[in-house]
Amino acid sequence: MSKTATEIEQPDAEQDDTALFGFWIFLMSDAVIFALLFATYGTMTQATAGGPTAAAEFKLLPAFIETLLLLTSSATFGRASVAMKYDEPRRVLFFWLFVTLGLGLVFLGFEAKDFADMVADGAYPSRSGFLSAFFALVPLHGLHVVAGCFWLIVMIVQVRVIGLDRRVKLNLLRLGLFWHFLDVVWIAIFSVVYLGGHIA
Amino acid sequence: MNSPVWPLLLGRFEWRDLPFVRAIANPSASELVGAFAGGLVVIGAIVVALLLTRYGKWRYLWTEWLTSLDHKKIGIMYIALAFVMLSRALVEAVLIRGQQAVAINNPGFLTPDHFGELFSTHGSIMIFFMAMPFLTGLINFVMPLQIGARDMAFPWANSVALWLTAGGAGLMMASLVVGQFSTGGWTGYPPFTEIAFSPDVGPDYWIWAVSLGSIGSTMAGINIACTLYKQRAPGMAFMAMPLFCWTSLCTSILMIFAMPPLTVATALLALDRYLGFHMFTNDLGGNMMNYANLFWLFGHPEVYILILPAFGVYSEVVSTFSTKELYGYTSLVLATMVIAVLSFTVWVHHFFTMGQSANLNAVFGIATMTIGVPTGVKIYDWIWTMFRGEVRFTVPMLYALAFMMTFVLGGFTGILLAMPPLDYLVHNTLFLVAHFHNMLIPGLLYGMLAGYHYWFPKAFGFRLDEKWGRIAFTCWVVGFYLAFMPLYVLGASGMARRTHEIFDPAFRPWLYVAMAGAGVLFFALGSLFVQLLVSIRNRDALRVFAGDPWDGRTLEWSIASPPPEYNFAVVPNVDGRDIFYRRKHAEHQAAPYAEPYAYEDIVMPRNSASGVAIGVFAAVSAFGLIWHMWWLAIAGAVVVIAALVTRSFGRDQHRILLAADVAREDRRWRAVLAEARAISRHTEMTTANQGLAER
Repeated sequence: MSKTATEIEQPDAEQDDTALFGFWIFLMSDAVIFALLFATYGTMTQATAGGPTAAAEFKLLPAFIETLLLLTSSATFGRASVAMKYDEPRRVLFFWLFVTLGLGLVFLGFEAKDFADMVADGAYPSRSGFLSAFFALVPLHGLHVVAGCFWLIVMIVQVRVIGLDRRVKLNLLRLGLFWHFLDVVWIAIFSVVYLGGHIA
Repeated sequence: MNSPVWPLLLGRFEWRDLPFVRAIANPSASELVGAFAGGLVVIGAIVVALLLTRYGKWRYLWTEWLTSLDHKKIGIMYIALAFVMLSRALVEAVLIRGQQAVAINNPGFLTPDHFGELFSTHGSIMIFFMAMPFLTGLINFVMPLQIGARDMAFPWANSVALWLTAGGAGLMMASLVVGQFSTGGWTGYPPFTEIAFSPDVGPDYWIWAVSLGSIGSTMAGINIACTLYKQRAPGMAFMAMPLFCWTSLCTSILMIFAMPPLTVATALLALDRYLGFHMFTNDLGGNMMNYANLFWLFGHPEVYILILPAFGVYSEVVSTFSTKELYGYTSLVLATMVIAVLSFTVWVHHFFTMGQSANLNAVFGIATMTIGVPTGVKIYDWIWTMFRGEVRFTVPMLYALAFMMTFVLGGFTGILLAMPPLDYLVHNTLFLVAHFHNMLIPGLLYGMLAGYHYWFPKAFGFRLDEKWGRIAFTCWVVGFYLAFMPLYVLGASGMARRTHEIFDPAFRPWLYVAMAGAGVLFFALGSLFVQLLVSIRNRDALRVFAGDPWDGRTLEWSIASPPPEYNFAVVPNVDGRDIFYRRKHAEHQAAPYAEPYAYEDIVMPRNSASGVAIGVFAAVSAFGLIWHMWWLAIAGAVVVIAALVTRSFGRDQHRILLAADVAREDRRWRAVLAEARAISRHTEMTTANQGLAER
């Protein structure tokens, strides 16, 4: 009946299930935050106060490249999850995790360049209500990606140091959910903010 | 004295930010009150620290309480926090009433700014740091026991949520000692709270204190919902859960969806204040209506976050003390759900006068009135539960009765306010203040106090003193009516809320009555503390170790008081509602205290200091942001992240309680149980009560 010390540290399948369920609920709560920022942005698209407008500032090509980068990173993270699930050699898992991290960082680089260009062009947040709403919404997604990259680095270290025990696996699963969630939010940003800005 | 002391290190701190310095420079009544309050915080902290050192209790406090992941201890700590904050906010209420009672055609003893700070802290504390911790604590303590669980789904996140809330409360206390608080009310409306009109630290204190509380509540909500979905004892269907669990579930769902709008509102206001954004400013395209919508998208569901747990308490209390099954269980569950859903459809009624079309107002007015229907269903259900029951007038039952009558009265004035044309007349008057106190005092405070009296014996193993409980109850009720009924009259006569000086002498008698009411309420709080002291002194006579002092119906009464760390030596099997009561009173059921065939090892979480670290350093980081001490803000944030990462690397986070130890502890309780004299329900309020009910 007695369990060994290492056994009790590992959550059983039921606890894994609860933990993932809890993370889904957290993502739902986070989705409410984004939904509200989208709604706020929607009410402020006309509040340009004579400053730069959406059509003038939003560059579709970089935004499209960012979309591709992020979608690809979701695919590579998916590949990493498969490597974890089927116990493929550790280097395969590392490879796909590093590719994901790389894509995430390149995405951030492109996004930072976008923001820098906008600021250089006089489209900074304190210029108008519209730009404030933009810089409240889009960089928040960027901050999430920063957090995701940091988490990814922590997980790579954990796989290296601890190995794939149940808790590391569980946290990789949670990180995967988080990463895919950021994709969904980005697709909304690309559609509503970037494409929407040009249609209007 | 009017310039920053050492900007690189202390940000925008000036000597005159200390209330003591201000009081010496200008010894007016207002400044002396401020200095006295600040001094009270400092001296209080020093006295507590000295006492802990004198009695060598630091280690005990740290290992047994602060770092504990036990849901029961976390619940008790939440409620202790709530009582501390209740005391402060009630004193502030007395000061507010005092100012208005004397400031008739003269400026009174408080300056306008000080008065503004007082009503802002009073509201913010009562909502975020009294009501929220109280109900979260009660759910934390009671709910896992009621569903036969050993802990919450996420014990560590539970500790983090507690300490984030405590960190927010700490910022509220810090604002008494350093700087000043916001004068923008508990809602913090821009543009008044924007940098252009409130350049001081006040709104920043409000923003960060509320944000920490809000994040803590979101985490608590996720945890409560997961626990209820995933941790119920085998056989406990949703429709077999005690009603308190149902209201906890609805409250937690509301927290998950309604706290994010608050976080968004405060975060955007912070962007305006710190980075010059124009989200809610008057100029350059800012739009404060977005703030009003975001805030009340949180604010209205919040009302039901506050009230639903109390509804749950009343359901348990009325059923237990009427010795009857809860009448209309299914309708109560449905009514709770309907209220939770409707609560998201009424937020505009908080600003009928802010310029939207009459049709829109009509829609929200009708939705508001609709909420009266499920609430009415509940009131009838409780009345029918008492009907032909054997009602015992214990203290929790008295609160439940006072609630039913008082709350209905408040509901009527709510229906009045839900009509936009009438709302235009009394908007922003004391009528509104009377209305929401009329909802929240019975609908939250009485419920929490009823729960406190009802479950106190479960938490500590002895009952609370009856006599002082009745004195406190009488004062809470009489005080409420004296303090708030006059406000209806004043509001209907046109007296605006938050008025610093009054120019119509006709208001004088009503303000005097309200002042007297505030005094009675203050005495009520004092009586509660006296009751606690008296009960602790008489604890041996009041002892109910056997665990069932009220002939209880639900699982929490089937175990020892106080319960062991793991709650249930063997996780119970459940086959319906009121399982414990049915097992006590039906012959063919399994005996209520059947000894288990075998004991097993139990795995419980180890203590963790990281929850404390995260809460405290998040508050430290926020303090740095408030005072523009950027190094401190960054350092605090780094510690928070480091604590998170460290925790994720840790592996030695559980411990095993051996079956033999569990068996020994369980048998010790069973021995007491066998010795205890069973009592009839009529003697439950006497010292004959040892926690074993007659079968």
